[in-house]
Parts: sequence; C-alpha cells; structure tokens
Amino acid sequence: MSATIFFQQLSNGISLGSLYALVAIGYTMVYGILRLINFAHGDLLMVASYTAIYAVTMFSLPWYLSFPLAIALTGCIGILMDKVAYKPLRDAPRISLLISAIGASFLLENLALVIIGGIPKGFPRPEIFAKVIEILGVRVQVLTIYIPIMTLVFLMALLYIVYRTKVGKAMRAASKDIETTRLMGINVDRIIALTFLMGSSLAAAGGIMWALKYPQVNPFMGVIPGLKAFIAAVLGGIGDIIGAVVGGFVLGLGEILLVAFFPELAQYRDAFAFVLLILVLLFRPTGIMGEPITDKT
Amino acid sequence: MTWKGKDMDTSKRNLYCNLAALCLLAVVLYLFDQYGTEYQIRILNNMAVFITLAVSYNLVNGMCGLLHLGPNAFITIGAYTSALLTMSPMEKQMSFIIEPLIWPFSVLQAPFFVSLIAGGVMATIFAFIISFPVFRVRGDYLAIVTLGFGEVIRVLCNALQGVTNGPLGLKGLQPYTNLWWSWGIAVFTIIVITKLVNSSYGRAMKAIREDEIAAKAMGVDPFRHLMLAFLVSAFFCGVAGGLMAHLITTISPTLFTFFLTFNLLIIIVVGGLGSTTGAVIGAALFAWGGEALRVVESPMNFGAFTIPGIPGMRMVLFSVILMVVIIFARRGIMGRNEFSWNWLFTKLGLNAK
Amino acid sequence: MNDFFRLESLVMQFGGLTAVKDFSLSIEPGELVGLIGPNGAGKTTVFNMITGFLTPTSGRVLWQGEDITGLSVHQITARGIARTFQNIRLFSDMTVLENVMVSFHHKVRSRFWKAMLGLPSHGKEERRIRQESYRFLQELNLGHLADEKAGNLAYGQQRRLEIARALATYPKLLLLDEPAAGMNPQETMELADLVLEIRQKHALTIFLIEHDMKFVMGLCERIKVLDYGISIAEGTPEEIQSNPDVIKAYLGEPKHA
Repeated sequence: MSATIFFQQLSNGISLGSLYALVAIGYTMVYGILRLINFAHGDLLMVASYTAIYAVTMFSLPWYLSFPLAIALTGCIGILMDKVAYKPLRDAPRISLLISAIGASFLLENLALVIIGGIPKGFPRPEIFAKVIEILGVRVQVLTIYIPIMTLVFLMALLYIVYRTKVGKAMRAASKDIETTRLMGINVDRIIALTFLMGSSLAAAGGIMWALKYPQVNPFMGVIPGLKAFIAAVLGGIGDIIGAVVGGFVLGLGEILLVAFFPELAQYRDAFAFVLLILVLLFRPTGIMGEPITDKT
Repeated sequence: MTWKGKDMDTSKRNLYCNLAALCLLAVVLYLFDQYGTEYQIRILNNMAVFITLAVSYNLVNGMCGLLHLGPNAFITIGAYTSALLTMSPMEKQMSFIIEPLIWPFSVLQAPFFVSLIAGGVMATIFAFIISFPVFRVRGDYLAIVTLGFGEVIRVLCNALQGVTNGPLGLKGLQPYTNLWWSWGIAVFTIIVITKLVNSSYGRAMKAIREDEIAAKAMGVDPFRHLMLAFLVSAFFCGVAGGLMAHLITTISPTLFTFFLTFNLLIIIVVGGLGSTTGAVIGAALFAWGGEALRVVESPMNFGAFTIPGIPGMRMVLFSVILMVVIIFARRGIMGRNEFSWNWLFTKLGLNAK
Repeated sequence: MNDFFRLESLVMQFGGLTAVKDFSLSIEPGELVGLIGPNGAGKTTVFNMITGFLTPTSGRVLWQGEDITGLSVHQITARGIARTFQNIRLFSDMTVLENVMVSFHHKVRSRFWKAMLGLPSHGKEERRIRQESYRFLQELNLGHLADEKAGNLAYGQQRRLEIARALATYPKLLLLDEPAAGMNPQETMELADLVLEIRQKHALTIFLIEHDMKFVMGLCERIKVLDYGISIAEGTPEEIQSNPDVIKAYLGEPKHA
C-alpha cells in the first residue's frame, strides 16, 4: 500500500471515528445517569438527517440554518423519548426499561418507514462540503477534515458544560448517585432531560455529518452506526465521556484500517465491532479506561 | 398435614386431563388437516413454530431474568443445518452457483426428523461456545453481547457462501413441516420445558432471577444453571428453525435478522415474562393477530376512494403494543402465573375440598 | 490451633483503601462467637471473605483442614458454611417453601435431563426435598405460610425465613449478619432463644455480627471487636465490656465523632 492511500485511509478512519465518538457520547451520558442502554439513540441519526433534508428541500432553508434546526429538533425528540418511554419506568426492573428502549427504537424506525417510505433519499450536500483538496499530495474531501474539527468543537463545548458549569456538576453528581443527588435538592428530572437533550443533539450532529459523508438516508440508517457507537462507548469504559471519544476513534480507525490492510475481510466489517466488544468483555471488562462493568456483589 | 397427600389426589386427575386435552388437540388438528384452507393451515403451523420459539426463549428471559437478544442466531443455525441436510446432493450442487458447498454438507442427506435434531444440536454447540463470554456479564451488557452474536451470525450467513450460499439463500426446500410435525414439537417443547421449570433446576434458575447473590449463598452455581437454560433454549430454537425452513421452503439471511428476535420479545412480554402459559398465549395471538393485521398494510377500499397499503404500519403497531404493555401493564397477560387444572377446576367450582 | 475453622491474617483492600487489616480468628466446633464494631468497621467484609463473595487481598481461610480461600460462593456453601444477609435477600416472588427448597438444590442427585423427562427418580427426590423443607419451616414457625409469596411476609418472618433457608443447606458453620436488625426487644429475645435452639438441634457453630449489645453480650461465648478494619480486642463478654480500647471505639474520641 502506498503512503498516499494509507493517509487517505487514515483520514477516513479519523472522520469515521469522530462520528462514532459523537454518537457514543450520548450513550455514555445516558448510561451514566440511568444505567440504560438507550437502544433508540442510534435512530436519532436518522431523525436528524430527515429533518435536515426536509428543512432544506421543503422549506428551502440554507444549510447553516437547517442543520442547527435539525440538531435542536432532534434534541427535543430525545427529551420526548425520555418522557414517554423511560420516565414512567424509573422504578421498574432494568429489563423493562431496556425492552421499552427496544420498542422506542423500532417505533422510530417504522414511523419513519410509514411516513417517509423505505426508498433511500439523497442528502442535499452543500457545495462547500463536497470540495476535494490536496494536502501534501494527498487528495481528500474537505468533509473528512471538517468532521474531526467539528467533533472537537462539540466535544470542547460539552466538556466545558460538564466540568465547568453548575449544571454540569449536577450531572456528574447524578451519575455518581442519583438518589443522593435528589436528596441534595437538585431537580434530577431536569438533569436527566438535559442529559437527553445534550446526548441527542450530539447524535444529531453526528447524524447530519454521517449523511454528508454517506448521502443515503433511509429509516434504518441509524441502526448499525448506533450499535457500533455503543460498542465504542463500552470500549472506552461506559460512563466516561473521554473514554467514549477514545473508543470511537479506536473503532473507526480499526474498521477502516482492517479493510484497508485485509480487503478480503471487507464483508466481515460489520462483525468486527462485535468481535472487538466480545474480546474486551473477555479480557478487559473495564473497557480501555473506565470502571469495571461486571456486577459487583 | 403433609404435601404428599395433596399431590397424589390431584396428580392422577391432572394426568387424565392432560391426555384429554392432547386428544382434543389431535382431533382439531386432524379436522384442519383434512378440511382446513391453506391459509388456516399456514396460520396454525406458524402458531406452533412460534409457540416452540417463545416457550424456549422465555426459559432464558422469563425464568432466568436475563435479556438475551440473540435467539435469531440459534434459529438461523438450526434452519440452515436442517435445510442443508434435507436437500439432495443434486439440488445442492445446482443451488450453489457462486461457490460450491463444502464437504461434508455437499454429500450428506438425512431424513427430516434427523435434520431437525441436527439443527438443534448445532445451535446448542454454538450456544455452548458463546456462553463463556456471554455469562461473564449481566444486564444490559448481556443484551448487547447476545445481540452482537446474532449480528455476527447474520454477517457470516452472507459471507460464508460455501456453506450458506450467501445472500441467495437456499431455495426449493421440501415442505416437510405439516401440522403434525409443528404441533408435535410444540407440545413436546412445552412439556419438557414445563418439567424443567418445575424441577429443582428450574427453581434454581428462578432463584438466580430473584437474587443472584442470595442464590449463590444457598449453593446454586449461577453459571451452570444459566448455561443449562441457554443451551436448552438454543436447542429448541434450532429445531424450530428447521421447522421454519421447511415451512417457508426458502431461507436467506434477511429472514433471521434482529427483527425476528423483536417479534419473540413482544410475544413473551405480552404473554407475561416468566410464564410458559403466557408465552403460548402470546405466540398464538401473534401468529393469528399478525396475519389479521396484514389488513393495515394492504390497500383499503372505502367505496369511492382507496387508501394504498402502508408498509411498516404493522411494526408501528407492534412497537406501540410492546411499549404500552411494558409501561402500563408490565406483567402482561399472565404475569408469572401458569395455567393449571387445579385453577380451572376451582374456577368452575368443581374442586373437591 | 484447631483444624475446624481458622482465619489467618486476612487483608482486604479496595483500590487504595484497606477495609480489613490482618484479621485472624479461630473458632472451635460448637462455639458461638460474635463480631462487633462500629458502622463501617469491616464486619460484613469479613463475612464476605469467608463465604467467597470477596477474595482476600492476602491471608487464608481454613475450613476443616482445607484452604478454601478463593473458592466460589456456591462451593463454600456446599462445604458447610451458610450465611444470612444484613439486608434481607429473599427470593421474593417465590413461595416461602420454594425459598427453602432452593437450598437443597446443590445436593440434588438426579441430572437435569431426568427432570426434563419427568422420570420417577426425580419426582421422588423432589417430594423428599418438599417434605424436608417443610420441616425447616415448621421448626422456625413458618409452616402455615408455606404457600405465601416470600415478599409478602412480615419483617420478623422474613428474618426467620432467611435463617430457615440457610439451615436447609445443612451447614456446620452458620454466619448471621445482624440477625436482630430492626427487631423490637421482644423479638430480639425470642431470636436469642431461637439461635441457641438451632445451635443445639443442628450441632451448629455460629459466628454472628450484631449491633444490639445486649443480644451479643447475653448470647456469645466469645467476642471479637473490629474498628476501622483492625481487630482491637477479643475475649469473653465480660472482658470486652471492660476493655478500654473497645469503650473508646464505641463512645468515640472527639476525632471519631
């Protein structure tokens, strides 16, 4: 493999990794507070992409308005999802919560199927994202550069909120011990809603960038990226925001480089993430940098 | 007072009642077999296959309290194994056009029954191998790992063309599955799993579900018992996969996605997690209701105007049903209760005091 | 040094925190030994190390001449050490009788496939287990509640069911973790009688954690005191009551308050 192709693949891996990272953050934040794998989280990618498409095509909004709008709307749908599917089950057994999450995921997918139909829609890619530039003799899409940069911006904003603001402090407290946090007089329901808002918005941003990169939008587009992002969150140690980002990059780079070096394994690409997950659970159940996930006595 | 006396009184009566119920079922099946329409027979066959699947799936999810999301992997393995064994070497040679089928499948052929058992055994072997990583974790992680194995199997099905014929799948299987096979196996599954659940082993499984720590302290080895449930469940899922293959007569990887698991999950949640009776009722409702609900996806005629069919509407309904049940009626139809003759006779006021 | 039950310098560290430091104890067959100490002293940690829920960072648990350190919980139970839990852990959705029947499972002889096929040998064993479990319930005055869901029992009854369930594993050493917690003085007194009774009847050795001093002092023959993971005293109730270190640990110096 030539150096050029290698660098191309590397930049691809980094941008795919950033997308996984963005989505993984939402998983990790919700898991941190509710100890729930929000199965429907991946479907928010799809929701955001469709919203963006309609904002652009039906309301003819420019992309710099429609994308933030789609992100905000998806964030609200995240809150709604919590209110409808998870809030009534706060005191229920974990298995019920998880089943409700699976139900929510199928509901979103099939609602989209019913309302929009199963035929993939093309994503309107603004001109400025479609350009191809040359860096050090390597031709790359500008998008592959923008995606990691945007991810970094979002991540910084998130870290600022979580570690530098009062709300962030409450969020961290709630993820340590939700009951005690409640007793301290903090409105935990508001904190949970905020967590869903932030996690969902990040997923939406991830979804829009995903659609820019792979401009085919269909009702089930969020399933596989969602699962992989969850795996990324586990790899990094669930509950840990930085861990989720690291996990996302490991997974994204791993996938792309695996296919680059062993093209004959391309058809096994979707299994790679799960095999990695199983290996991590077997040999390092704490994730790359997180707390133990096996149940303590 | 001792327990023995009470047991003895009713056990004979229950035996007769069970036999009578079986005879009744046989008569009903005979009548449908002779006079039923093709549509009715298909629904009945589906019902039996889903009963087998739901009852064995419920053994892990309901009795042991785990959220196992990979039964589609076992069903796939059972279906492919069984199908590859009943096809003749000639048929196989003709089907596998991209890559020839690997030995020994290329030459083996077995009767239907043997192929079903082989399907079950292969699924069990796979379950045994994956049980080591799976049972290192619990809760949400177990869910995602089992889901992962389901996905891995689906990917393998597409990729290993020398075994599965890839996305093309296997076509033209003999329609061996009839009412006698499907219901015979459903009844056998119900009996065996009920016996297991009501035995000391089943009690140990429920104890793990209720409180794993306490169960360990009482001398129960969680790994051994969870694995037992997992393997038994895998076996029957494999067998049911074989039945399914020879019912539909065409199998391909798209048939066995997470979707199938989702359907089974709805069945056991609606029926009542942890109730075999509930699983049976849920499966029956699903097989019948699922057909009935096809209406919502087909074009509708309202005299003057027509509404075109809406694909996906059924799944929307199913998802809503699942969420409504889990949020508002978590115990489903049966809760963790089981049907028993004692209960029926008491209801009818026939129980001798 | 006896061969019956001996703990040799057990240490338990969680990360940087030492929960129990250098804990040694030897118990003779038939003894009734108490373990006391302020909250968070590491008493339950000691129980967890004995029963296999925790593997000690260092040290050994010796039981009837065998080193059982690091064995899993169910293996230790099968060797004759049973326990109850401080916060009651019943199988609440199962009946009272079934709760006790679970304890017999590790001795069940017939294989699972015999159970699945409903062979007579399994049925016979099942009936025997049912009978014997019922006997344990009667012994603890729970016979009339056999078919009740365990979760529906009153608090005191749940405590007794925990003991019945532990007894049904046929232990030689019984560990009771705060058996009198949440009981009124009357119930506590009855419990003390019960403990003596079951010790007599089942030839038990008992090791218990309890906060109720009257209960411990009146019942135990020997008492061990833990404070901040360190064993600060051991002796008869009289010796313990007059030990200045113990008084200090309980009444507290200003820094503890």
